[in-house]
Amino acid sequence: MRRPCGEYSTTYAKDKAVIRTKAQWVFFVGGMILLLLLPSILPVHIVKMFITFYVQLIAVMGLMLLTGYCGQISLGQAAFVSVGAFTSAILVSTYGWPFPISMICSIVAAVLFGLLFGLPALRIKGFYLAMSTLAAQFIIIWLINHLPSLTGGSDGMRVARINILGFVFDNSIKYYYLVLVVTALFTYIAVNLARSKIGRAWIAIRDNDIAAEAMGINLAKYKLLAFAICSAFAGVSGALWAHYVPAINWEHFTLWESIWYLAMIVIGGIGTISGAIFGTAFIRILDELITYLFPIISPVFGGIDEGALAGGLLAIYGLVIALFLIFEPRGLARRWEMFKSWYRLWPFKY
Amino acid sequence: MEILIYLTIAGIVQGSLYALIALGFVLIYKSSSIFNFAHGELVMVGAFMCWTFLTIDGFSIWASLGCAFLATALLGLLIQKFFISPLTGQPILSAILMTLGIASILRGVATIFWGSTWRTYPPIFPYAALDVFGINIALQHLLIFFIVMLAFGLFTLFFQKTKTGLAMRATAEDHQTARSIGISVSWIFSLNWMIVCILATLGGFLMATSVGVVIALSDIGLKSVAVVLFGGLESVKGAVVAGILIGLLENIGGMYIDPLVGGGTKEIVPYVVLVLVLMLKPHGLFGLKRIERV
Repeated sequence: MRRPCGEYSTTYAKDKAVIRTKAQWVFFVGGMILLLLLPSILPVHIVKMFITFYVQLIAVMGLMLLTGYCGQISLGQAAFVSVGAFTSAILVSTYGWPFPISMICSIVAAVLFGLLFGLPALRIKGFYLAMSTLAAQFIIIWLINHLPSLTGGSDGMRVARINILGFVFDNSIKYYYLVLVVTALFTYIAVNLARSKIGRAWIAIRDNDIAAEAMGINLAKYKLLAFAICSAFAGVSGALWAHYVPAINWEHFTLWESIWYLAMIVIGGIGTISGAIFGTAFIRILDELITYLFPIISPVFGGIDEGALAGGLLAIYGLVIALFLIFEPRGLARRWEMFKSWYRLWPFKY
Repeated sequence: MEILIYLTIAGIVQGSLYALIALGFVLIYKSSSIFNFAHGELVMVGAFMCWTFLTIDGFSIWASLGCAFLATALLGLLIQKFFISPLTGQPILSAILMTLGIASILRGVATIFWGSTWRTYPPIFPYAALDVFGINIALQHLLIFFIVMLAFGLFTLFFQKTKTGLAMRATAEDHQTARSIGISVSWIFSLNWMIVCILATLGGFLMATSVGVVIALSDIGLKSVAVVLFGGLESVKGAVVAGILIGLLENIGGMYIDPLVGGGTKEIVPYVVLVLVLMLKPHGLFGLKRIERV
């Protein structure tokens, strides 16, 4: 980690701190206050944007731990999110369970599915593993569509609002705070997992699995752990998403969603939790920008229809992914580091 | 019993198409160890291009097929030059995501150009049926199977007999050695992408003759993934055998399992096979088992 000059870690507590400098503390506390006040400052549709951002961020952080840290490529994150979403939706809407318990059940269900499809990782890696998770994507969505008594089949199901001890999260502002708290908690977990013994074992596996095994890292244990934790994050994300939208169906969890999750971690920067935040924010802003600009641009080309908009979105996303891979394969997180070292030295060059 | 025979024939024809599409995956994987997730999109774009040329007045089938081949070969060249070659030396994740990105671009552009409606070809194969021991075989099926087998035969000859084919095999074996004996590896890569795009177009054309063409045609690419892994990633022979096996499994399995689970087995069979293959025999039927050293 790069640090400004003059910052020495004189004690152990200082050395292992996540937030090191006074400036970082100022930004952290200031940022938290801003996020807490956000619903009272900004209009509702921006609050809604932030909710989507937080919910996706949780899933992306999970994928970052699995793919960015442990190097196990997953093309099925959206399917694991769907497991979490449908579990919580069924338990709350159909059986009337309280949300905290249904969320834990979502995590458990997603972890079970993650472990099941992560099992091939013990024998295979790289492309082969990506294929296994691809199969997970299709099989899970197929199951959702073919269990209509449970999930409502391809029509999906309506989801009840969260009700914790009589307090109903029935509007975006109330929901914003719930999601903010959960996201903060899981960001904390992800950041600390990544720099713990587990995270270091994952990085060793990513860089060279055979060398890692020779160093005494239990490959099977840590790979499965990575799959389990990734799916747990996906489960939480799914549960939060399910109770935010009025109805869920399989179309929210297609292969393309999985691909965007993967794109987010690459655009943000592989192997950094801040990368997950940057990548998710980037794609969300791009999405909002295109949806906002579309009605303005459309008349210029003589009225583009909705289908063409969807096509244009796909093409632009694909192009963004390609450009990032070609020009900045290490993502926005690296640009941010470069920017930081630039402003620390400013006005000097080096 | 009669139904079983018809399903077998349908399965073999479907399977031979899978094999043709799987061949495209195998060729790219062999030469550059990139797994091309955009292959299904190339098939779809190829089929759409054929349709576009067919709808122009005065274009015969052969002329439009030829034009489509040229256009997609150019597309392949562009993809290799602008998207794939900058990735040399990058990790696998970059390669996977790049081909997914290309898939996204192709799908998006195709949606803009051709829309999401279903396009059908004018009748290309004569509607007729052959009577073999009391079983009616559609001439169309027979012709498709014949064309696919012809394509495979030509490819085998190309790789065995011609100098370019040998150069491609040498490149697949080892880039550095190939370079040291004077083979231009970057040219071989470009050629490879062009050939693969032409193959994809042929596959798309043959499929579209019976079912028409729509954006969702590209899903066949992901189904062929199962074929490729079942047969072994590096094996052309594997692609044929596994393609036909999965085609059979899909058709016959679909018939007998559908009533039990309430339909839709066809869509899922390839992926179930995929998981089983990965768990039990990750290197496929004819794939190379790599031994790794640190």
